[in-house]
Amino acid sequence: MAQALDEIKIGGLGSSRKRVEDDRFLRGKGNYIDDFKLPGMVHMEILRSPLAHARIKSIDTSKAWQIPGVHMVLTGDMAAQHNLAWMPTLSYDTQAVLATDKVRFQGQEIACVVADDPYIAKDGCQAIVVEYEPLPPIVNPFQATAEGAPIIRDDKEGQTDNICYRWEVGDREGTERAFAQADLVSKLELHYPRSHPSPIECCGSIADYNSATTKLTVYMTTQAPHIIRAAVAIVAELPEHMIRVISPDIGGGFGNKVPVYPGYVCSILCSILLTRPVKWIEDKTGNLISTHYARDIYYKGELALRKDGRILAVRFHCDSDNGAFFSDAQPTKFKLGLIHSAFAAYNIPFGYMTAQGAYTNKAPGGVAYRCSFRVTEAMFFQERAIQAAADDLGMDQAAFRRLNLVKDHQFPFRTPYGFLLDSGQYEKCLDVALNAIGYDDFLREKEEARAQGRRLGIGISTMTEPLGAGNSREYDILGIKMFDAAELRVHPSGKAILKIGSKTQGQGHETTFAQIVTHELGIPAADILVQHGDTDNTPFGMGTYASRSTPVAGAATAMVARKVRAKARKLAAHLLEVSEEDVEWELGRFYVRGAPNNGVSIQECAMAAYGNMPDGMEPGLENNAYYDPPNMTWPFAAYIVTVEVDPETGVWDVLRMVAVDDCGVRINPMIVEGQIMGGMTEAYAMANMQFITYDAEGNCVGSNYMDYLLPTAWETPGFELHEVVTPSPHHPIGAKGIGECAAVGGPAAFVNAVMNAIDDTGVRNIDMPLLPDRVWEALKYRHDISGAPPVKTDA
Amino acid sequence: MEERRINVVVNGEPRSVDVEPRILLAHFLREVLGLTGTHIGCDTTNCGVCTVLVDGLPMKSCTMFAVMADGHEVMTVEGLGLSSELHPIQEGFREEHGLQCGFCTPGMMMASKALLDENPNPTEEDIRWALAGNLCRCTGYQNIVKSVLWAAEKLRSEAAMSR
Repeated sequence: MAQALDEIKIGGLGSSRKRVEDDRFLRGKGNYIDDFKLPGMVHMEILRSPLAHARIKSIDTSKAWQIPGVHMVLTGDMAAQHNLAWMPTLSYDTQAVLATDKVRFQGQEIACVVADDPYIAKDGCQAIVVEYEPLPPIVNPFQATAEGAPIIRDDKEGQTDNICYRWEVGDREGTERAFAQADLVSKLELHYPRSHPSPIECCGSIADYNSATTKLTVYMTTQAPHIIRAAVAIVAELPEHMIRVISPDIGGGFGNKVPVYPGYVCSILCSILLTRPVKWIEDKTGNLISTHYARDIYYKGELALRKDGRILAVRFHCDSDNGAFFSDAQPTKFKLGLIHSAFAAYNIPFGYMTAQGAYTNKAPGGVAYRCSFRVTEAMFFQERAIQAAADDLGMDQAAFRRLNLVKDHQFPFRTPYGFLLDSGQYEKCLDVALNAIGYDDFLREKEEARAQGRRLGIGISTMTEPLGAGNSREYDILGIKMFDAAELRVHPSGKAILKIGSKTQGQGHETTFAQIVTHELGIPAADILVQHGDTDNTPFGMGTYASRSTPVAGAATAMVARKVRAKARKLAAHLLEVSEEDVEWELGRFYVRGAPNNGVSIQECAMAAYGNMPDGMEPGLENNAYYDPPNMTWPFAAYIVTVEVDPETGVWDVLRMVAVDDCGVRINPMIVEGQIMGGMTEAYAMANMQFITYDAEGNCVGSNYMDYLLPTAWETPGFELHEVVTPSPHHPIGAKGIGECAAVGGPAAFVNAVMNAIDDTGVRNIDMPLLPDRVWEALKYRHDISGAPPVKTDA
Repeated sequence: MEERRINVVVNGEPRSVDVEPRILLAHFLREVLGLTGTHIGCDTTNCGVCTVLVDGLPMKSCTMFAVMADGHEVMTVEGLGLSSELHPIQEGFREEHGLQCGFCTPGMMMASKALLDENPNPTEEDIRWALAGNLCRCTGYQNIVKSVLWAAEKLRSEAAMSR
């Protein structure tokens, strides 16, 4: 009898196969945007505003034009002649490509210079003289909505204030009734500070307009090449079939490389005007101060509690600071992303939330930084509020969570804000985490240490996250529904090429997507090439963000492989000379029912598709599949952190960090663990050091890596990882998203741990990041610490 | 701008090139010599993706002018392994999943090489300290540390075999 294939050995589901991508990266042979050199290519640099809010009185570019080697100095007025001074955002607002009337945030694009090399282009930018009339800057949403605040968006007809949206979700009256019955109401206010995803590689593009063919090829750092092609067609008014977007290797994205930025648009316009390739590589300061920020939400919320610990209802309000342009990359229907996924993991009968966005003189946004559309902010508030509620009730924080978490038998579970959780084992995850950290022992240790004047703390955070946007009923961007596609072609020799609309930025798609095909067809993963990131050569997809690759494009991959297998079955029946109904499948092979030795491999079927197909059958072995997910996938995690706070300095050190993740079936466990550790590091960063703030003049504090602190190997703690597996019932291979979970759920674990270490002080909240001076001040003066940017006063 | 002739050995190969004095070493390697494995991340010497070895010492090539390399030896990631065979440090990063997007990896490996050349048997703490000038946004460093430990062990056993 034929030996059954070992799926792990051939790189199928569950195999920690080494990554295909690594070979080129390890040799320094990756193809990142800055590595491309096209014949005749010239270089573009951007002049940015030094002021946060000012009227532009004049722009004098004459000196820049005189520099030898300068080919083009583009201003907003020139762009306006091509109807490109402004562009639409992904949230149905407009954003200035190059400022014509006012600058509305520090770092805003004013002009760009194209020259023989980037050094000369920078010389050109310095030679431009701009005259400004300063206006009062607005740095937070409360200042923006205060009476008499200057109108930032006076370009918008009918805009009489600084509000960019209002939104409400949930059952207001039901929630009010539940609050009326509460024994106790636990309140919490906090600010999730502004942050920047900050991939090490900045944004960049090379626009190559060919005047002979009228085809525009744009190489660019985009996580979503297909939706960008559609956006470019709309913005530049070019025919979509004559635009090719190539997204090469990307040096990290984390949400930063989803939107359309002015730099991309300028490089395209300059290439069209100069009819030669124009390269734009952003510098770090440009990236940090002008590309989309994340977070920056002020929360005010409360939980209605019963004495026995049950949560009866939740309501909260968010004030989001959207910067100068409302340009969130998010599904149209949801004005503050999926912020209403907050408290989804808890069995709470009633919920109501409101949100209001404000324009300020800060960089526009905000992107979903390593999360599914603002879910990080949702989960952070959830877990801080849950912690505060447990403390208010005098209940153990783990017991309070266990009591209120959704139980295994309740799935599928409808949340008060309308989501449907697909599956999970929440208590089990929590228990695994508590056991791993040694919860009871630590509580004793904490008491003993406290008696000696030492401050230990333990913080728990659980999270769930709607991943895999989305179903076409509810989710679209710019009117395009959020599905994904895959194409699979099996060559005559049984090797294959898989083309996907999704795009890796380090997640390892070239490795893991082959594994899905291997699982479905038994073709060894090493025999499958995965192609992505080129709109002319891959099927449509909405891109890689919000952990949607595996849930959507991964599902499309499984479905197309099944279509190919269905045809291979017909070929097998032909080769085996039996009817199709008598053909059985096992990994990599069809055989005759009842005669397992009489079979043909998938490779033999492939050859037959090109050389020995039955009469009347269309040749070839290939297909495509579009996947419209029926629901989101909902992973779950429990994270526990222990810390020691030094009362003398406010410095806190992580003692241990335990992560228990349930992301359903794991395609490549090695890669999954890599994603969890990466996410946890960003969680630690946000809790500890990483934030973008502004001074009262609107100057960005955090405009370079000397001010915007990212953790290094030295301070990043070690992680202990555990797993629970609850397959997604609606995903073809039972997988859920994972890339963002730790970044989403992690921050609250660190903050809760520090708050737990100072739980005898009466301090209710310290805004992130928990810098030593903030912790020290809270300990010394026993008051809460707000991280909101200071507002300028006349004094 | 007036150019200056520099003589520099890059990955074992002597090069004699005229360069503008303001050209950074990182740009010289990438744009003039076409060695694009050395990346540029931050402009402020913080991220370390441009790390190369100059006379064996790790150097952030965005902080050095090309003319300062005149008369010196430079080693980039392209000189680390052979196209047919990976250096043990490269192997370690692959085996232990020490890279994701790959952008920091060349600099990370060159800093690791400098460490292992000096200290063939580093502790985890030694490695974390030696790599503290190199930022990675993807991995969380734990697997990078493991990668360097893997490489150190392989290099030690290779050295033992060749004795």
